[in-house]
Amino acid sequence: MANLNQSTAIIRSKPFSLSKKVKLGFVVLLLYVVYATFQLDFTYSRFISGLDNASTFFDRMFPPNFERSRILIKGMVESLQIAVVASLLGILLALPIGLLGARNLMPGWATWPARSLVALCRALHPVIVAILFVKAVGFGALAGILALTVASIGFIGKLFTEAIEEISIKQVEAVRSTGASFANVILFSVLPQVFARFVGFSTYQFDSNLRNSTMVGIVGAGGIGGTLFSAFQRFDYDFVAAILITIIAVIMLGELLASFIRAVFLENIGISDLWRKQSKRTLAAGGKDIV
Amino acid sequence: MSAQLSIQDLTKSYQAGIPVLKGINLEITGDGVTAIIGPSGTGKSTLLRCINRLVEPTSGRVLLINGETSFDLVKVRGRTLRRARRQVGMVFQEYNLVERLTVMENLLTGRLGYTPAWKAWLRWFEASDIDRAYDLLQKVGLSQLANQRADALSGGQRQRVGIARALMQKPDLLLADEPTSSLDPKTSVEIMELMTELTQAEGIPVVINMHDVELAKRFAHRIIGMSDGRIVFDGTSDQLTPEHLKSIYGGESWLI
Repeated sequence: MANLNQSTAIIRSKPFSLSKKVKLGFVVLLLYVVYATFQLDFTYSRFISGLDNASTFFDRMFPPNFERSRILIKGMVESLQIAVVASLLGILLALPIGLLGARNLMPGWATWPARSLVALCRALHPVIVAILFVKAVGFGALAGILALTVASIGFIGKLFTEAIEEISIKQVEAVRSTGASFANVILFSVLPQVFARFVGFSTYQFDSNLRNSTMVGIVGAGGIGGTLFSAFQRFDYDFVAAILITIIAVIMLGELLASFIRAVFLENIGISDLWRKQSKRTLAAGGKDIV
Repeated sequence: MSAQLSIQDLTKSYQAGIPVLKGINLEITGDGVTAIIGPSGTGKSTLLRCINRLVEPTSGRVLLINGETSFDLVKVRGRTLRRARRQVGMVFQEYNLVERLTVMENLLTGRLGYTPAWKAWLRWFEASDIDRAYDLLQKVGLSQLANQRADALSGGQRQRVGIARALMQKPDLLLADEPTSSLDPKTSVEIMELMTELTQAEGIPVVINMHDVELAKRFAHRIIGMSDGRIVFDGTSDQLTPEHLKSIYGGESWLI
């Protein structure tokens, strides 16, 4: 009893003070930041001398040159196609793989291969994966599609597995106790609990694929990226500006589309309702509370 | 033709050497309500869950006999286990509705044991099942709420859906694990009335775990008292005396 009183007295003295180890950690972190800054020549004078380049660069970017719009549109359309096909493939493959990885529903012999596969898909940046696929299957959109499919499996698969592992097992028990088959248990007690989050992950991945599909072209995996890269190399900065503006516009449209999809799936509203007055409010709500 | 449940020497230990159920012998025949009372942690829930195998029993036999079909619920596996489960409905303390599905979908989960997955996915349920669902919704007084999502309902409404879902199975036996413990006293009585009326109309025997001794006395024709993993009382509600309650719960200061 005396022991207990003593320890409460110690806790009372300084309830929120940081431990010495944590303080030491902060000091080390600060020192490292200072060291890295000097190491990388991250200084104000370096920044000022760089600004000269920036002004000539911006000068030559404006006005943007849309004369070669045929190449621009062709590249952009290819990027869009890469993003859509890769997202669809990735979502379809991530569903079963993510389910197999869930430890609360699946036996160990199923979870560890599924989890390893997902971890492998996440290990490398999409651009590196794209380089690998360009070497494996040759230049063009196929390599881009495969690279972004791998990235989608990695992202959606991991989050989907985690979402399934967080479900309420009570609802699963209730459905199981009716004598439902395993497939029916998944359909009626697991999927309803994770579907909204799955739609959320999928639309975010589509967003991300759209962005990445404009980049994989830089390594020869198809899409607008290749056009952008050669424009940079030929110092056609006015064409570069045109490409960048187009990419930004398409990405913003893609985000709008994604929030439409979320609203349709998560608010249980029909497509026709989107055009009515309330649609703005539900759209705004549909954008929140996912992931 | 009502079913018969026969539990013989049932034991369950979650950890080796520490049994929760220490040899349960119990016969339940004919319809009517059987209430199991006893202190928390004495194995009432485990007993019910051993019957529909949400918990794996350690040893013993649980026979469910209805006419020609008979299952030993301790032994069955795979498809046979699912067939046996179809015959046993269950009502839960926290309702365990699928929150994001509608009331109608929740009712139809009671038919999943009879519906192939692709039909269930497309919501192609038998017309007779949908008719029965509407009938049951009317009987539990929720006709207006068929298309509401379950997470929009109050506690009492949820338990009504829970009862209707269990009855959708057309079970031979209904288990109820503390069905009124999360409800207020008035709603508790309404739920108990509903459950006894509906099961008596269809001739289904009911086994209910309860905390509330008065409620058990009021609705059950037979009361089982459990203490420390064993059955220590088995009789009608009239036979249950304060002496028995002392032996079930221990102590007497709580008895008024």
